[in-house]
Amino acid sequence: MYKYDHYDQQMVDTRVAEFRDQAKRRLEGKLTEEQFKPLRLMNGLYLQLHAYMLRVAMPYGTLDARQMRALADIAERYDRGYGHFTTRQNIQYNWIKLEECADLLADLAKVEMHAIQTSGNCIRNISADHFAGAAADEVTDPRPYAELLRHWSSFHPEFSALPRKFKIAVIASDRDRAAMRLHDIGIQIVERDGALGAAFHVGGGMGRTPMIAPCIRDFVPLDQFVTYAEACLRVYNRYGRRDNKYKARIKILVHELGAEEYTRQVEEEFAHLLTLGIEPPAAELERIAAQFLEQLPESAELALDDTDPDFALWVSRNTQPHKQRGYISAVVSLKPVGGIPGDASAEQMRLMADLAERHGTGELRVTHTQNIVIPHVRQAELHALWTALEAAGLGAANIDTVEDIIACPGLDYCSLANARSIPVAQKISERFAASGKTAALGELKLKISGCINACGHHHAGHIGILGVDRKGVENYQLLLGGSEAEDVSLGKITGPGFDEAGIVDAVETAADVYLRERSDGERFLDTYRRIGMEPFKEALYG
Amino acid sequence: MRILTGNDLRSGAVVWWTGTYWSLHVEDAVDVTGEEDRVIGREEAARRVNAAYAIDAEIADGTPRPAHIKDRIRALGPTVRPDLTLKPADPAAGSWVI
Ligand code: HEM
Ligand code: SF4
Repeated sequence: MYKYDHYDQQMVDTRVAEFRDQAKRRLEGKLTEEQFKPLRLMNGLYLQLHAYMLRVAMPYGTLDARQMRALADIAERYDRGYGHFTTRQNIQYNWIKLEECADLLADLAKVEMHAIQTSGNCIRNISADHFAGAAADEVTDPRPYAELLRHWSSFHPEFSALPRKFKIAVIASDRDRAAMRLHDIGIQIVERDGALGAAFHVGGGMGRTPMIAPCIRDFVPLDQFVTYAEACLRVYNRYGRRDNKYKARIKILVHELGAEEYTRQVEEEFAHLLTLGIEPPAAELERIAAQFLEQLPESAELALDDTDPDFALWVSRNTQPHKQRGYISAVVSLKPVGGIPGDASAEQMRLMADLAERHGTGELRVTHTQNIVIPHVRQAELHALWTALEAAGLGAANIDTVEDIIACPGLDYCSLANARSIPVAQKISERFAASGKTAALGELKLKISGCINACGHHHAGHIGILGVDRKGVENYQLLLGGSEAEDVSLGKITGPGFDEAGIVDAVETAADVYLRERSDGERFLDTYRRIGMEPFKEALYG
Repeated sequence: MRILTGNDLRSGAVVWWTGTYWSLHVEDAVDVTGEEDRVIGREEAARRVNAAYAIDAEIADGTPRPAHIKDRIRALGPTVRPDLTLKPADPAAGSWVI
């Protein structure tokens, strides 16, 4: 894992001191809220529905046991004993006091964490494949490249006042586990003739105008890829719309110019930038990459014990093949039936930290599906890990099933919301668990947002749900056919919306259509793509 | 009626204007029709409240009930964490919100 050097630590410590002074001046009345708001947002501090909310950055979703324990301590000391893991591989605390926030940030800084650039029109926390460095199918660990981008984008003066927020994802396998093409820039590290390069996808996003990023260059040599990113950002910074917040994301620029013209401008800028030699030195990338080289000791390869059907089910759903023999990656589901997707208590965070240390290397990951990965588990200890998770209520065997729902905070916590997301997720997982259909449905990704901002990725759900406000009453639209994976697509609205009870029925109706219509081996998404919307509409609205 | 709500500057807690101070409880809110901007201006300047705004409400069972669900959730707390709401033991709290 990347460790802060002297400069990193100093940058973060300096920022904490700066914020401490700003908060003090706000409390003393020397700053108005108007003056203070942009300053607190630069440090991830929002004013939300119930209190101040703090968003903490987790670079490419990676953290270690010590950091996870610090997050638990913070939940207890400064919040109400829990935190919410989000689709951007971050964590949010919902009940933060302004007068304590500087102390909180200082505690974070002690474990090499911060909340910088988790808000505002800058380059946000960079996300990545949550199995990075462990996945059997990757060409390389994408995180050193994500870290180099973080170096480059942290406090980048030219890109601290972009037309709008900017999100980058990096992956290094053909399986997309990071919704890469739904980001402002999605980078896939690829191999060609023995050399590695970066394929750039630019102009994707969700929100009110969802778009899939076109590939604008399929191979940028890795000793030029930061320069290429700089060129992409420069063209956007120059021509992105600042007159209309709803048209300010890069996706609108790429769409309005056309991918070809945007690419032409980027290539022109890139050629110019190459003459300036702005690429970070190769030694820096090597320094970073060396820290990610995990020397895993040899571990025995085991035929997993499948005599216990509960364990076998969990293994089949919640693990991922590892690139090194004798190891496996395990996913801890934060989606117990009827639970709040992504929420974890301080005790649960500590337990996950302990288990990551005991059965792995201490490393953990946050997934964009709001679960936690323990990436390097010794196969021989997988059963012990599962037993401990089970005992703590963290053993739900439901990854990528209809119970593994992504839900944004919605109207229970978010001041922008139109409708609550969490109760809908709870009712759906309860309904399917009770009906026993979860297993038959197989892979079915369900994603819920409480408003059009799409923080819950509803456009990309095999089944998506969007909360809307119908004359002051919560109402829910149903979407079908989205995907955030390598078979990326955007869902389509089925028709008129439903009330809270109605949407739960509607999801079950759609699931039943699939069970009736599917051919061998088809997932829900495959069946939908084959038979189209009509049979679903007929069953829903008849 | 029009009532005022906002957040406590230091703690961020949701608060309601009682005519003399800011209370954690919406039951204490008073009608300020016509006075909204004046009270908000004065109270924000004195840093007794942050991000205050006026909303519509009506009297239900003798106490003010905000017209919009968003403000009712603010008044009580997240509907999915009854243990964290201001009335953790009140079984009728849910129907007051929805
Ligand atoms: C404080 C609460 C939040 C606020 C105020 C907020 C605000 C927004 C806004 C305004 C957008 C639309 C951006 C645009 O279309 O230009 C957005 C998009 C998004 N947010 Fe949030 N959000 C919040 C919480 C969250 C949470 C909890 C998550 C993760 C679970 C999240 C992840 C995302 C994602 C993935 C998108 C869509 C991708 C994109 O278009 O940027 N946000 N958010
Ligand atoms: S989608 Fe809307 S309701 Fe949900 S967190 Fe984002 S802004 Fe809030």
